[in-house]
Amino acid sequence: MAIGVKILKRPTAETSYLRATLKAMVLTLRHIFRPKVTMQYPEEKSGKDWTLSARWRGTHRMLTDEQGRAKCVACGLCPQICPANCIKLVPGEDEQGNRYPLIYEIDEFRCIFCGYCQEVCPEEAIHVGVHYENSEYSRDRFVYDLERLCAQTHAVSTLWDPSDPKGE
Amino acid sequence: MTFFLIASIAKILVVFTVIMVGVALLTLAERRICAWMQDRLGPNRVGPEGLLQPAADGLKNLLKEETLPAQADRVLFMLAPAITFIPALVTMAVIPFGAPLSTPWGEVPLVVADLPVGFLYILAIASLGVYGVVLAGWASNNKYSLLGGLRASAQMISYEIALGLSTVAVLLLAGNVTLSAIVERQQQSLFTWNVFPLGLAYFIFTVAAFAETNRLPFDLPEAEAELIAGYHTEYSAMKFSMFYIAEYASMVTASALMATLFFGGWDIPFTHWDDAPPWTIWKTLATVVAFSLKVGCFLFLYIWVRWTLPRFRYDQLMALGWKVMLPLALGYLAVLATAIWVLHDRLGWAYDTRFALALFGVNLLIAVPLVFVLDRGRLVAGSVAEEHA
Repeated sequence: MAIGVKILKRPTAETSYLRATLKAMVLTLRHIFRPKVTMQYPEEKSGKDWTLSARWRGTHRMLTDEQGRAKCVACGLCPQICPANCIKLVPGEDEQGNRYPLIYEIDEFRCIFCGYCQEVCPEEAIHVGVHYENSEYSRDRFVYDLERLCAQTHAVSTLWDPSDPKGE
Repeated sequence: MTFFLIASIAKILVVFTVIMVGVALLTLAERRICAWMQDRLGPNRVGPEGLLQPAADGLKNLLKEETLPAQADRVLFMLAPAITFIPALVTMAVIPFGAPLSTPWGEVPLVVADLPVGFLYILAIASLGVYGVVLAGWASNNKYSLLGGLRASAQMISYEIALGLSTVAVLLLAGNVTLSAIVERQQQSLFTWNVFPLGLAYFIFTVAAFAETNRLPFDLPEAEAELIAGYHTEYSAMKFSMFYIAEYASMVTASALMATLFFGGWDIPFTHWDDAPPWTIWKTLATVVAFSLKVGCFLFLYIWVRWTLPRFRYDQLMALGWKVMLPLALGYLAVLATAIWVLHDRLGWAYDTRFALALFGVNLLIAVPLVFVLDRGRLVAGSVAEEHA
């Protein structure tokens, strides 16, 4: 007998393979008629048991003002805080002295979706979105420029609120 | 003669087509039923309710790359899938699947070949199936494949004995090895279906047939957890697919055999309308449907059991085969032969419902100690003796 092999004493009087088999077969047969848990994805995107959280951090969205211009003032905080270094910002200034982004690009492949850019933004301009369907046919389509960020329409993330940790 | 040839060719084509389509649908049924048992939906995308899934699978397998291991035995490697595939199909030839069809040119018995030695033919061909598996395992030149092949041969040989012995009981009762005669014998009433006078033989036959077709809980030749995929590890594309088609085809054959030997074949219960001439097209259709329904029930049983039971350990499998099934089948045969001798030769009863019910009683008497004494922690036991401390 090998060392350290523990052999459990099995009750021989009450065990029955046949009866156990029949019981198991009744169980599996019952399961055939149970409601199914499968969510049929492309048609069903959320069910009563599962919806995407309002705190979900997905691909970005830039909010715009009434004139349709990006709210961004090119303060430079988001590229500063971004741990993945995926935001490219070149600031510009118009005749009235208002700063605006000349170039604003986010590389969604580098992005780790931490949501810091949204937290740090003083103008509530850049947001991470409640969105996950991002397929494209080529890699370069994953660098979102300002125009594309402004054109997104999905909901923005509420992020985690320390004063309301359970999201109630 | 010409009529016989044309009728035979037509029957062969029809049976072949029906089996192949049946096998395709069976793969789908297996996947969907197992999904339902696991609270999932299963493949339902290709075609309505996934009905075209087998076609998509077949197309995929045709287009996939054929691999040939460098060290494999080329000829046997190519041949093995065919050797598994052919016996699985050929067995169906002797199974009667309906009442004779009357045509303007004469009656056509609905069995491809009504062999006088029908049953022996099935036993002979069924044991050929193991060659394909063993050769596939050996020709792959892969340790795991070889182990799978060896397991298959050991398992099939062990259970073939029980299978054969359980059917001897049927032959004792029918006094004939022609399958159409066996079916005819069962048509008197519901209780003359062999499952009643020979209930235990049916039980042994079912278990052994599961082992013969390598289905769970007896799928040790594949045992993906231990042997990767066993004998078909090295196969790809259509050759791999052939093993699957063979497995399902032998399932169909085994189910058809269960229906024929124990459940009255194409007999429709509770009526004698279908048993006797004049044969009409409606009688033929109704009996074919009855037969298909019976086969379908057994196919469902196969799938049902597969997704219920875990696989046996190898020593458990061997112990069950040699220490339980074989003695049980032998003992049962002795008791049953005695009972038939007493009833038939001593008391001079003709074979009818009374005879069948008497034998049914004998079966119940044997089943009681079997279920309440033998099946108590003995059928499937641990591999090592307990330490007595």
